[in-house]
Amino acid sequence: MFETLSHFALQQYWWVIISLLASLLVFLFFVQGGQTLIFTLGKNELERAMLIGSLGHKWGLTFTTLVTFGGAFFASFPLFYSTSFGGAYWVWMIILFAFIIQAVAYEFRTKPNNFLGQRTYEAFLIINGAVGTILIGTAVGTFFTGSAFTVEKINLTNVLLGGPTTISVWKGPAYGLEAALNVQNLSLGLAVFFLARVLGILYFMNSVDDENIFMRSRKQLLINSAPFLVFFLLFLVLLLTSSGFAVIPDSVQNPMYWRIEMEPYKYLYNFLQMPVVFVLFLAGVVLVLFGIVISLVKVGNTKGIWPSGIGTVLTVFSLFMVAGLNNTSYYPSTYDLQSSLTIMNSSSSKFTLTAMSYVSLMVPFVAAYIAYAWRALNRQKVTEAEIKSGDHAY
Amino acid sequence: MSAMFHWVFVPLTLGLSILVAIMETIYLRTGDESWKKMTKFWAKLFGINFAIGVATGIILEFQFGTNWSNYSWFVGDIFGAPLAIEGIMAFFLEATFVAVMFFGWNKVSKRFHLLSTWLVAIGANLSALWILVANAWMQYPVGTTFNPMTARNEMIDFWDVLFSPVAVNKFIHTVASGFVLASVFVVGVSSWFLLKKRDTLFAKRSIVIASVFGITTSLFLIWSGDESARQMADKQPMKFAAMEALWDGQANAPLVVIGLLQKPTPPKTEGQLKEMEFAVKIEIPSLLSYMTYLDPNAYIPGIKDLVHGYTNPYTEKVEISYFEKMERGKEAIATLRNYKDALLREDYEALQEHKLKFEDPEWMESTFRYFGYGYYSESTVGGLIPNIPIAFYSFHIMVALSGHFLALFIVMLVFTLKNRIEKLRWLLYVAIWTIPLAYLASQLGWVLAEMGRQPWVIQDLMPSIAAVSRVDAGSVQLTFWLFAITFTILLIAEVKILVAQIKKGITGGH
Repeated sequence: MFETLSHFALQQYWWVIISLLASLLVFLFFVQGGQTLIFTLGKNELERAMLIGSLGHKWGLTFTTLVTFGGAFFASFPLFYSTSFGGAYWVWMIILFAFIIQAVAYEFRTKPNNFLGQRTYEAFLIINGAVGTILIGTAVGTFFTGSAFTVEKINLTNVLLGGPTTISVWKGPAYGLEAALNVQNLSLGLAVFFLARVLGILYFMNSVDDENIFMRSRKQLLINSAPFLVFFLLFLVLLLTSSGFAVIPDSVQNPMYWRIEMEPYKYLYNFLQMPVVFVLFLAGVVLVLFGIVISLVKVGNTKGIWPSGIGTVLTVFSLFMVAGLNNTSYYPSTYDLQSSLTIMNSSSSKFTLTAMSYVSLMVPFVAAYIAYAWRALNRQKVTEAEIKSGDHAY
Repeated sequence: MSAMFHWVFVPLTLGLSILVAIMETIYLRTGDESWKKMTKFWAKLFGINFAIGVATGIILEFQFGTNWSNYSWFVGDIFGAPLAIEGIMAFFLEATFVAVMFFGWNKVSKRFHLLSTWLVAIGANLSALWILVANAWMQYPVGTTFNPMTARNEMIDFWDVLFSPVAVNKFIHTVASGFVLASVFVVGVSSWFLLKKRDTLFAKRSIVIASVFGITTSLFLIWSGDESARQMADKQPMKFAAMEALWDGQANAPLVVIGLLQKPTPPKTEGQLKEMEFAVKIEIPSLLSYMTYLDPNAYIPGIKDLVHGYTNPYTEKVEISYFEKMERGKEAIATLRNYKDALLREDYEALQEHKLKFEDPEWMESTFRYFGYGYYSESTVGGLIPNIPIAFYSFHIMVALSGHFLALFIVMLVFTLKNRIEKLRWLLYVAIWTIPLAYLASQLGWVLAEMGRQPWVIQDLMPSIAAVSRVDAGSVQLTFWLFAITFTILLIAEVKILVAQIKKGITGGH
């Protein structure tokens, strides 16, 4: 089946898979957003235990999606893996650190003799929620603004001349942390952070059965939706008015060597030239807002997480489409334009993409069993009684 | 360091997940609530260990990019696939059903809960499969070809990678070691309960299940370990010679059962190797030859033979020296450079000439396969030899301990079935103190696997010096210590929590 597809078609297919994983990850960041609100929404130990308990059913999915996103990126676009991870070293290391401390925080938090104390593990949850979302958002921002690096595969042979043999060399001053100095990157990072909080609030409204938490959640929804909209609109305006990194097709040369040039309004044109993506984007934004508005306006509404969640998936998915398709460099180099990464010059071989495409057919099956298990666990909301029963409480 | 830390927690997850699933199966079949309590007790310990295993695992995956960027490109076409499949096939299975396993007791049916517990066990072991396939490929790269256009190795046969004999054996050996460690853990913890005269029925039942499981899996462990050594002799002869500390090749090679290595002899002339002799050793004549090739007369090459080249007197096969391999490796690197230069100059005649070499199976086999040796020269030949004491001691201690585990399981099972185990307090103490020994053996296995293959990150193709990212030493050191301290703190936390949970006992609640 996949063998009949061209290498380029497979590269596009895998960019779609990566985009889908990224969009699901941002939706699942409701866990991270929720973690940053445990003291805002939970005013006593029992309330906090309910909030953390409800997130505790789901944190593993967010974590696994992040790991799978990394694995899938490695398998399909290994040059991104080696260039970004090996270059924007400190950004990724800090992100990793934030997720390491999250993984133990849930399980260890309330256990007797836990060495660091309950508050430390709660601090871990807050650090993970804030640092993880802001830095991942900021790092993704560089997909549109670029980073300073070079890629030269011949460096591998430099040992003959006594020179350094590293293929991808980072030229930024702070191993990726400099990305936070760019307003567009930072606005995306903060938009992701506040979106995660909004989603976290909507998730609590849906899954925790407690009147006080519900009322506080509604108030916080308004407080967090405002900065989300401000930062998201700022990012969007900057994106649509900026020049982008266009791949210039050349009918003679191998697509690996197609030139990269700056093109005014590239991302705006990408939306216009891919109308389906544009419609998905608009639908996504409307759904996110719809979920927020009905939760604010309609008293007692607990279903806002679903339109906002689906909207998040559609919005992030379409942004990734705009970043990598329609002859666009998805990981541009501002230091050397021709070192920029495209889905053509950074992908795995046709054979590997084909083999991996067969594996990707498992994704609907995986999604189905996740949905089934999720439904089975969420059939009953988290209640005071469940937390007090202490049957594997976090 | 991060692999070793991760491996502290993974074996218990692999084995305990199966043991918990077995106990829950018995609960479902018998309806006896005491089996449910047992299941919940061990599942609780599993959960604590699982969390830190997850925490230490994430760094491993991303580290291939952060610290080994050249590696990520040079073999990412092959290596990335197992990691992605691991995520899709195994991690989601674990993450989804572990939530049902912990929170679903009163929310889903008993059958669905049991299914979830088994799926967690299967997911955990499937994840081990894929990462071990990737690791085995690094030690025995098959199913690939080199593409000079992309300057990387590319997969041409997925099934060769998945079912390479090294991958299959490595998987069996590694998960079996996890099963054995978990069995030792359950036997040891249960022995503590017997010593304290608490929850004795629970403890005895746990000992029986874990001992039977431990005996069965120990046999797999020993069988696959033997096979692993044979594969090593064939595919990684330097690693094999290092773990036997065999400097001079010989027919009728003896097996050193116990040995103490002296300090290395300083080289008398430039380029001479630092040799290490045994201060004391007990050896069995011809056994190494026999165990390796099922022939007591077989010739086993030593470290010096491999470096300087040799002719096997038994088979008359000539093996070229490392110096010759270096020359051929340099030729392979130069050919790649010339190819790239021709591409830049758009000199298509030269390009075609160089390209043909990469398409010539004979040249690839005689020259390109030594690509990695091109990064070394005569003065750095010592860098092609792994650390001998580490390889030798880790192998020998690991083997001795695996024998001890098997004996312990048998003795514990026999005396528990005879209902005399509580009287043998010394044996219960031995069982408890075997827990750290199981962790030691498990770590030594990884040390041998990973240190013994140095300097290669990909056997013969890429040494570690050519695989790393260009990140300043200060940043790498800072992250090293940051993670070392964090993981150590988390390890202390886990041990303290585990001990507290064990002390609470089976009826202690959660």
